[in-house]
Amino acid sequence: MSRTRTPAEGAASPVPADATTGDPLLEVDGLVVDLPVAGGSVRVVDRVTFDIPPATTVGLIGESGSGKTMTANAVIGLLPNGAETGGELHWQGEDLLRASPARRRRLRGHEIAMIFQDPLAALNPTQTIGRQVGEILRRAGRPRADVRLRVLELLERAGIPEPAARMRSYPHEFSGGLRQRAMIALALAGSPALLLADEPTTALDVTVQARILRLLRSIQQDQGLAMLLVSHDLRVVAHVAHQVVVMYAGRVAERGPTTAVLARPAHPYTRALVESVPAVRTRTALAHPLPGTPATPANRPPGCAFHPRCPLAQDQCRTEEPEPRPVAPGRWAACHFAEELLQR
Amino acid sequence: MSLLEVNDLRVSFARRNAWFRSRSADFVAVDGVSLAVAPDEIVGLVGESGSGKTTVARAIVGLVRPGSGAVLLDGVPLGPVGRRTTAQQRAAQMVFQDPRSSLSPRMTVTAIINEAWRTHPESAPPGDRTAALHRLLDDVGLDASVARHRADELSGGQCQRVSIARALAVRPRLLVCDEAVSALDVSVQAQILRLLVDLRERHHLAMLFISHDLGVVHQIADRIAVMRRGVVVEEGRTTDVLGAPRHEYTRSLLDAALELSTTDAQDRSGN
Ligand SMILES: Nc1ncnc2c1ncn2[C@@H]1O[C@H](COP(=O)(O)OP(=O)(O)O)[C@@H](O)[C@H]1O
Ligand SMILES: Nc1ncnc2c1ncn2[C@@H]1O[C@H](COP(=O)(O)OP(=O)(O)O)[C@@H](O)[C@H]1O
Ligand code: SF4
Ligand SMILES: [Mg+2]
Ligand SMILES: [Mg+2]
Repeated sequence: MSRTRTPAEGAASPVPADATTGDPLLEVDGLVVDLPVAGGSVRVVDRVTFDIPPATTVGLIGESGSGKTMTANAVIGLLPNGAETGGELHWQGEDLLRASPARRRRLRGHEIAMIFQDPLAALNPTQTIGRQVGEILRRAGRPRADVRLRVLELLERAGIPEPAARMRSYPHEFSGGLRQRAMIALALAGSPALLLADEPTTALDVTVQARILRLLRSIQQDQGLAMLLVSHDLRVVAHVAHQVVVMYAGRVAERGPTTAVLARPAHPYTRALVESVPAVRTRTALAHPLPGTPATPANRPPGCAFHPRCPLAQDQCRTEEPEPRPVAPGRWAACHFAEELLQR
Repeated sequence: MSLLEVNDLRVSFARRNAWFRSRSADFVAVDGVSLAVAPDEIVGLVGESGSGKTTVARAIVGLVRPGSGAVLLDGVPLGPVGRRTTAQQRAAQMVFQDPRSSLSPRMTVTAIINEAWRTHPESAPPGDRTAALHRLLDDVGLDASVARHRADELSGGQCQRVSIARALAVRPRLLVCDEAVSALDVSVQAQILRLLVDLRERHHLAMLFISHDLGVVHQIADRIAVMRRGVVVEEGRTTDVLGAPRHEYTRSLLDAALELSTTDAQDRSGN
């Protein structure tokens, strides 16, 4: 198994996946999200920066509580009540954090769509699948016959068998995999340019998971869709994403092209994640488990938040917080010793 | 001889669905499963959700009554939980997926362990309980200071260590771990898997390790049994089953897991 082939050579990656060429669709620059908690607020997303170029899948990876969902929710504009945002969020050049609520609502579904881990919570139990998928089209004033055809097309594209019969089903009549497919059809109905997928396969069995990821990847390629794929599972992100953003305790630890980052991490946390993935071909996940538990934004250690668990921590790490900085072409890392790590 | 033997186990449940009348056949969740776990051995039980893994586990520890078949410990058939000797009850302890719901959230760690000792007084330490408690916590990699904390003050990984300590408190010979690391973050998952392997060595524990994640099972199991729709379709040494699966279902599970494996994805040209 060669690790030297570049994604561009393969069928899976028609996109150069080089953030430096062309204007990004989405620019996340120093994004901050503060959530209200008893007696104050907690910064759950802290100066997060990354781009999503057109037709590119960016994977957002990190353990639970690292701020992945809040980052995605900030992009789509669905943060909990009382949340405060800061930094910059630009959609095709447009300032999203300062856009009107009406404008943000219009963006949702039409330009940016989202799918979740639990489609049942997102789908309406009292309406047929066909009705829900067609909703956005009907609201746009498309004629009924048109809507029906388009819904059939969308269900078929999402891999739902016998779409003409299935469009009359209710969500509870679908299996978990079919529900996620219905959710994908619904998300595609507004012809978005960016799809946010938050743990879309986490609740599914592995064979179903593989099929849904294959579907997402083929839709992404065929339609030139951009995708932000959020997952705690490195296997999922590695499988689908051209670029990867690794989060730890609300901050970006490292980002860059998936292949390069996973083959040669520039941050000790990324390296630990890669090493602890339980693989079916290698039996190494237990060799050097990290000590301790993931830091949370509410309980962030001083200096580098990772230092209590980091095998490479030095005195400096306990007091000085490393800022993300370029460490190789297209790559950023927030570790005082990133260059040394890359040199190994 | 095997420590644990499961012979042709069958478990069915009455259908509760109102659409089925009382006449309809019961739902067969486990349909003739046979398994064996030797002393010191870790056997992985894998399969997709609904395949019957948890039901097998519950039958082993006596929480469901088999329709037919037998569960044997040291060759001796076990009855339902109420008819097991205390030694038999202690011998097989279960560790569950979600420690937050299997531990009483408001109980302190000390109280949780004391309760285990109260249930099985013959396993309780003679003399100084505090010292024994601290040894037990140390055994599962927890600091003594955790003892006075309530379960709901602990992280997921700490809770799972407490669940393991509670199981170990009664000095079992077999741990039945049902998706015991599935809800944990991957860095914590590796710690707990490592702990289980270390405990096996230290205490000569055998384990039935249940997981839907082939990769996880691969990390710790000596042998693997693959379940599908209530039936074990393939069983053998881990390296054999994953290296050269014989059953088509095992192959499909393996293919899906491989498709998602990091190393394959790094080489994303293949598709
Ligand atoms: N409504 C909320 N109020 C306060 N804190 C929250 C809320 N929702 C999530 N958090 C906290 O925000 C942090 C980031 O959460 P989230 O983005 O959901 O993480 P992830 O998706 O990476 O698991 C977590 O530490 C979580 O505890
Ligand atoms: N107490 C019960 N009553 C009725 N059906 C049950 C019960 N427990 C399990 N089942 C059914 O038995 C089958 C196997 O379940 P389970 O043993 O939990 O599988 P697994 O652990 O492999 O996911 C499932 O279809 C499940 O719905
Ligand atoms: S800055 Fe220090 S503690 Fe943080 S990841 Fe780098 S080496 Fe480890
Ligand atoms: Mg999340
Ligand atoms: Mg189960």
